[in-house]
Amino acid sequence: MKLKAKDFQTDQDVRWCPGCGDYSILANVQRFLPTLGSGQHNYVFVSGIGCSSRFPYYMNTYGFHTIHGRAPALATGIKTANPDLSVWMISGDGDALSIGGNHLIHALRRNLDIVLLLFNNRIYGLTKGQYSPTSEVGKVTKSSPFGSVDQPINPITLALGANASFVARTLDIDAKHSLEIFAEANEHRGTAFVEIYQNCNIFNDGTFSSVRERATKPDNQLVVEHGKPLIYGKEQDRGIALSAGGAELISFEPGDEDKAIAAGVTVYDRHNRLHAHALAEIDRTPGFPVPMGVFYQEQRETFDGIMQRQFHGSDDEKPSEPHDVDATLSDLFQSGDTWMVG
Amino acid sequence: MISNQELAGSGRSARTERNSVIIRFAGDSGDGIQLTGRQFTNESALAGNDIATLPNFPAEIRAPAGTLAGVSGYQIHFGSEEIFTPGEVPDVLVAFNPAALKANLSDVKMGGIIVLNEDAFTDKNLSRVGYEQNPCDDENLKQNYRVFVVPISRLTKDALANTSLTPNEVDRCKNFFALGLMLWMFDRPREATRAWIDKKFKKRPELADANKIALEAGYTYGDATEIFDLSFSVKPADLEPGLYRNINGSTALAYGIVAAAQKSKLSVFFGAYPITPASDLLHELARHKRLGVMTFQAEDEIAAVCAAIGASYAGSLGVTSSSGPGIALKGEALGLAVCTELPLVVVDTQRAGPSTGMPTKTEQSDLLLALHGRHGEAPVCVLAASSPSTAFSMAYEACRIALKYMTPVILLSDGYIANGSEPWQIPDPSSLPEIINRRIDKTNNPDGPFMPYMRDEQSLARPWAVPGTPELMHRIGGLEKQDLSGNVSYDADNHAKMTALRAEKIARIASEIPPIKIDGDDNGEILLLGWGGTEGTLREAQRRCREEGISVSRLHLHYLNPLPADLEPALRKFKHVLIPEINTGQLKSIIRDKFLIDAKGYNAVRGQPLRSSKVVEAIKSLAQPH
Repeated sequence: MKLKAKDFQTDQDVRWCPGCGDYSILANVQRFLPTLGSGQHNYVFVSGIGCSSRFPYYMNTYGFHTIHGRAPALATGIKTANPDLSVWMISGDGDALSIGGNHLIHALRRNLDIVLLLFNNRIYGLTKGQYSPTSEVGKVTKSSPFGSVDQPINPITLALGANASFVARTLDIDAKHSLEIFAEANEHRGTAFVEIYQNCNIFNDGTFSSVRERATKPDNQLVVEHGKPLIYGKEQDRGIALSAGGAELISFEPGDEDKAIAAGVTVYDRHNRLHAHALAEIDRTPGFPVPMGVFYQEQRETFDGIMQRQFHGSDDEKPSEPHDVDATLSDLFQSGDTWMVG
Repeated sequence: MISNQELAGSGRSARTERNSVIIRFAGDSGDGIQLTGRQFTNESALAGNDIATLPNFPAEIRAPAGTLAGVSGYQIHFGSEEIFTPGEVPDVLVAFNPAALKANLSDVKMGGIIVLNEDAFTDKNLSRVGYEQNPCDDENLKQNYRVFVVPISRLTKDALANTSLTPNEVDRCKNFFALGLMLWMFDRPREATRAWIDKKFKKRPELADANKIALEAGYTYGDATEIFDLSFSVKPADLEPGLYRNINGSTALAYGIVAAAQKSKLSVFFGAYPITPASDLLHELARHKRLGVMTFQAEDEIAAVCAAIGASYAGSLGVTSSSGPGIALKGEALGLAVCTELPLVVVDTQRAGPSTGMPTKTEQSDLLLALHGRHGEAPVCVLAASSPSTAFSMAYEACRIALKYMTPVILLSDGYIANGSEPWQIPDPSSLPEIINRRIDKTNNPDGPFMPYMRDEQSLARPWAVPGTPELMHRIGGLEKQDLSGNVSYDADNHAKMTALRAEKIARIASEIPPIKIDGDDNGEILLLGWGGTEGTLREAQRRCREEGISVSRLHLHYLNPLPADLEPALRKFKHVLIPEINTGQLKSIIRDKFLIDAKGYNAVRGQPLRSSKVVEAIKSLAQPH
């Protein structure tokens, strides 16, 4: 039986505020999973605490709503204990980057084979509107009436710095792009880190309006594709040249990729760390677009794969080889010097 | 013990037979003291003695050489009689330098033997610890003790004159010289040490040879030198028949966990973060990946417990381990394991606190933390090991209960149990209790949705439906559960019911506890009640009282939550209940609180095991009230 999006929905009422970007992300995930052809029981959604972390309750899969910031650690145990599971970790900017920052960087460097979706709305929603680690400097909130004093974290550069093997960004309401990124993330073996710009219409409405509004999006969003030049703009007449020195905006005659390349626009290589770091930083400079897509991807051994190999002795050997348990234990107990009394 | 008279008058010709002897090796933490002590222990165990050991080392790995801060010690109590503790007053002190003498002299039995490494008693080392006179020449010292001044470093150097080793490498062999000398003095074999050296220095045969030469040189020195007019023999102890090995608490804990993995036919996932004195459990388990234990060195204590919980959720048995500071950090995650009712074993190898406290020193001060150290009403099962041997059985028991009841179990050990060693009667694996678990692969509610919180009637354990099982998809988490369905619920009556159910489930574990066994009369004047690593001390105190004609009964608890159902009536049969603890009275508070029994405490928080002599004093003061 072919599964449909509704097969991944639970009977629980979804309790996000009406208009929240989380609804879009939930719908996108529920649309995506049936395309993979695997039964619901093979998925585990694991989350921390926050608005985003209610996500597992709404997925008709296995789900674990854990404690604040610790979802990467729980996911490590789940995936390592049973590598056959498809583990999806759901987190937010506060959960993943503030209280759970340590676990996030270690999950990324470990390269645990999971998909990690970070819903970034640049605000604490569930606790009713304090500034978050991705809030801009000077942001006025209940807990920062004179403006936030902290520099924001860029989740993409953090992930790259933590040696993530897959780093991407997409947008809550862009279903087409989200599904493309989910497919890439799911295909990737290792921690697939996906930042999702998500609008909190109650406490931080419009924070991503430049890329969410139909009118402004084309001139503010750069859709990154591997092997393609970095071109954007309503007229597709602007591009980015990446170098060790940073990024440069280039204008050219629209309509032709060759012209863009000739003008110096970079053909993006997602396996190139220099490209990834430079691209991740471009929107620090006013006038530069926000990149969306896969920033970086490399293939390397997964944590759970290495653990399983050490555990079983080899890749082929199966875990539950029948053996004489009591003889095995006797051998262990009697290792070292023993002596007989009586 | 060796009497002063014997020490004074021992002849050279024959060995004096002793029932038990206490030796302490002491030196710089880089002198190989722990290794020397462990080898002496092994040889004594193989000679058939009962033993108890107490390593005592500084937290600094290599404190400045020759300073009091850097003194490391290892005490061995061995005998032909039952040995309950590492002893309090060494009969023999082997001091590798002035700091080691200064730090340990006051403990040594008056008239006891002191062996000094003369070569380390240099002006510089003497002044560093404030000796104005060289103790090697101190007549006053020689009046009170049998002092043997041996140029250990020089003799080692002479013995190794023909090797190609560097002077530093030669000097590092001196602990084997001292070991050889002590093995001679107490008529121990040397085979196990030789074999150990060969294995340890497999890749450096020249070092293996040098250490064996030093060992032999020390032994021969004792045998041939006129200055040693004392030697002793200690006959094998009268242990219960069986196969034995020497084991320390950390290894025993690890074996208990491995045994649980094997017998339960589940994988164990062990998550830990390095911390003294708990790390040895991680080290030992990391060697046994092929025996069904997957070890994970996490980024921090919280990740260690959370990964273990995740693994339990996915169908393994999650185990985590730490000491007090780490257990404090794990508190929130333990609450999650209580709420989600997943099996989890948490080993707390206690150390002296608060805060960083004294990491290498022992204490029993986490009992209340284990019982209550979580927010909300979050009951867990709490067990305690009392010795290296019981560390094995209680680790196995912790795993068994966690799986049968779908609950976190905290197992309390301590630095003294972890590092101490004793002969272990190797159990027959087929005699270990069966381990059942709550795994299901079919729904428990054929007419409706799967019910993840529909409980087993007797144990109240919920079913364990692990991800990957078709048709049993469900969501769990830290939000309060609706009874049966496990859905999120804020209903007031439901919260009250779930709180009661979680408490009742833990209470029912009491049915697992074997009937209590009182050592001595089951009624009378004084009951000595203990838990954890003080068991040997309390047995020793009881024996001394009996020798003096004071009748004292003794009971040691291994189940702290729930308490044994037959505990209260047993306590009521005594006029006094005395609870000695290495804390300020934690079990005492619990006994008073639960039973309104006017228990008395004897408490000493010195970072050291209790002294049985002090416990005897406490017993006497109760027996003869002023």
